Amino acid sequence: MSALLEVSGVSVSFDGFKAINNLSFSIGPSELRAIIGPNGAGKTTFMDIVTGKTKPNSGSVTWGEKGQSLLTMSEAAIARAGVGRKFQRPTVFEDQTVAENLVLALKSPRSPFAALLFALTGEGRRRVEALAAQVGLTDALPRKAGELSHGQKQWLEIAMLLAQEPLLLLVDEPAAGMTLAERELTTAMLVEIAKTRAVVVVEHDMEFVRRLDCRVTVLHEGSVLAEGTLDHVTKIPSVIEVYLGRG
Amino acid sequence: MTDTTPPAAPPFTLPKYPGGTGAGPRPSAALTPKGFLARNPSVLWFLLALAVLTVAVTILSPAFGMGSMSTSFVKTLGKTLCLCLAALAMDIVWGYTGILSLGHMAFFALGGYMIGQWLMYARTEEIVVQSLATSPIPATAQEIAQGVGTQIFGVVGGSDIPLIWSFAHSLPAQLALVVLVPGLLAFLFGWLAFRSRVTGVYLSILTQAMTLALSLYLFQNDSGLRGNNGLSGLQNLPGLAETSQDLLSIWFFWASAAALALAYILLAWAISGKFGSVLRAIRDDEARVRFLGYPVEGYKLFVFVITAVICGLAGALYYPQAGIINPAELAPIASIYLAVWVAIGGRGRLYGSVIGAAFVSLLSSWFTGGRAPSIPLGFYTIDWVDWWQVLLGLSFVGVTLWAPKGIGGLFDRFRGLRTPDRKGAPLGPDEGSLQEQEAVE
Repeated sequence: MSALLEVSGVSVSFDGFKAINNLSFSIGPSELRAIIGPNGAGKTTFMDIVTGKTKPNSGSVTWGEKGQSLLTMSEAAIARAGVGRKFQRPTVFEDQTVAENLVLALKSPRSPFAALLFALTGEGRRRVEALAAQVGLTDALPRKAGELSHGQKQWLEIAMLLAQEPLLLLVDEPAAGMTLAERELTTAMLVEIAKTRAVVVVEHDMEFVRRLDCRVTVLHEGSVLAEGTLDHVTKIPSVIEVYLGRG
Repeated sequence: MTDTTPPAAPPFTLPKYPGGTGAGPRPSAALTPKGFLARNPSVLWFLLALAVLTVAVTILSPAFGMGSMSTSFVKTLGKTLCLCLAALAMDIVWGYTGILSLGHMAFFALGGYMIGQWLMYARTEEIVVQSLATSPIPATAQEIAQGVGTQIFGVVGGSDIPLIWSFAHSLPAQLALVVLVPGLLAFLFGWLAFRSRVTGVYLSILTQAMTLALSLYLFQNDSGLRGNNGLSGLQNLPGLAETSQDLLSIWFFWASAAALALAYILLAWAISGKFGSVLRAIRDDEARVRFLGYPVEGYKLFVFVITAVICGLAGALYYPQAGIINPAELAPIASIYLAVWVAIGGRGRLYGSVIGAAFVSLLSSWFTGGRAPSIPLGFYTIDWVDWWQVLLGLSFVGVTLWAPKGIGGLFDRFRGLRTPDRKGAPLGPDEGSLQEQEAVE
């Protein structure tokens, strides 16, 4: 199986502090993967590197079958190539309607000229309506996103992410601030999405990771400590020491 | 920029979500394509108001009607329309895209300088040819050029025509420069600034530095644009020496009104669709827009250049009505005024910026024109020529604190709209992303 994303030997340091140290990671085209690790393990920095926000000092990040390097691409170009990112805090455009938010995210040419001449086609419209229905926001379409509740904003952002039709989804702590019922739905959704595309979930809630029932990569001090099923990694002494051992 | 098209992902189904309750997708009115006027109700009202004003001014003007309005007042109104045009551009760049440019009046003045070069050169050439016509030997081209040079550059102690006047004899060339010079400067500046991700107050300071540097350069006599004398006599159109200023003033008024109307329609069209949606998204959270795949820097550059060109065109219409342009017009304060007009009128809505520019600039000329009655306080007399600036400053602070939507916000009251109050919470995922005060309409 050829990898969709291949990160190898990546290091990055901020003012001498090595946030990521010789990290290697790869994920296939339709795989669900959880990344866990204590605070400061480099989880968010890892996401920043993949999405182009941070440029590593060394190493390579390649994408797709052709092995294209993501390191020379801008954030926007990486997003267009098919990497979607969900932030921990719901980030939707509060001043715009739910419909406008979804149309913004909808996969389409991204240049200023294309946006000027953009017209919502019947197909695009149906897609937005379908996405809104899926996350229960049909009636909220004409409302401003800022008026939505916290949970609804999370759903809107997820719908926006799906509208982008990414090949790889990076999801940062999706369970944070969610009720138990919402967590279950999120789990089911992530598992479902991972059937057709790659999903990387960064999380430090073990219960949530257990429910995902997928391969787990444990990060510690910027490099991979262990990889395998949750049951496997939680039995490794070094993992227990650095992560679980710390009450 | 590399753009790889990912292979089409297969469709997938998702579990049901809270509120989704099994209901299938329903068509929503929010997504129904609407006509241009339905999306922009303000366009019709704006055009109507502008048409009424134009007819009224024409009827009252000395050229066509009763003459109960002076020529200079017609010019003041025409100039005001040009300022409104610049304010429209400022609203797009600041109100919609969130780039607080404090240098857009530099583009306005550059447009004025470009048209001024032709006006001054062609008119001087006419006069020189006329005066040389009396001599027995027909004047050579060289003699004419020398005469023009002495006439124009005598004040700065020269008679050679500088290189930057190479196209001054040609109206089409200078009209092209009205667009090209501000456009290229904005492109260069924007490309450097946006590529380095300079944002917020740092960008504002850079734009101030740009307009100040340009102003100081133009103040020099050897800048080729007559130093602090600037260009003058711009109210006289070459070839129309016989035409009275009464007539010229109303022509320019019409041209200014037409330009404002056209720009309003075009900009309303541009921002009512997805383009405007992207701009407002950039204003509120540009990092998020980047992760949606939009080339944010490209959008900013595009908006910066287009608005600079609009300002250049506005300046090219303004200065023939003003009659004179000098480097003081590029002073940093001019661009700050532009921002103040837009803030008072109401950012993020086109009519707001027009109302702000018209209202404040007309009020300003009333106060500073010495017509406002002084207020005697016994121990001190408030003379508005001096105190107007204070009043303007206070109202700017007041608007920013208590009415961030400006005068345009009054229209929302009629329509019962309200904006969610985020209590200053950051809008974006990162520390230091735009705060409510900056992002609010």
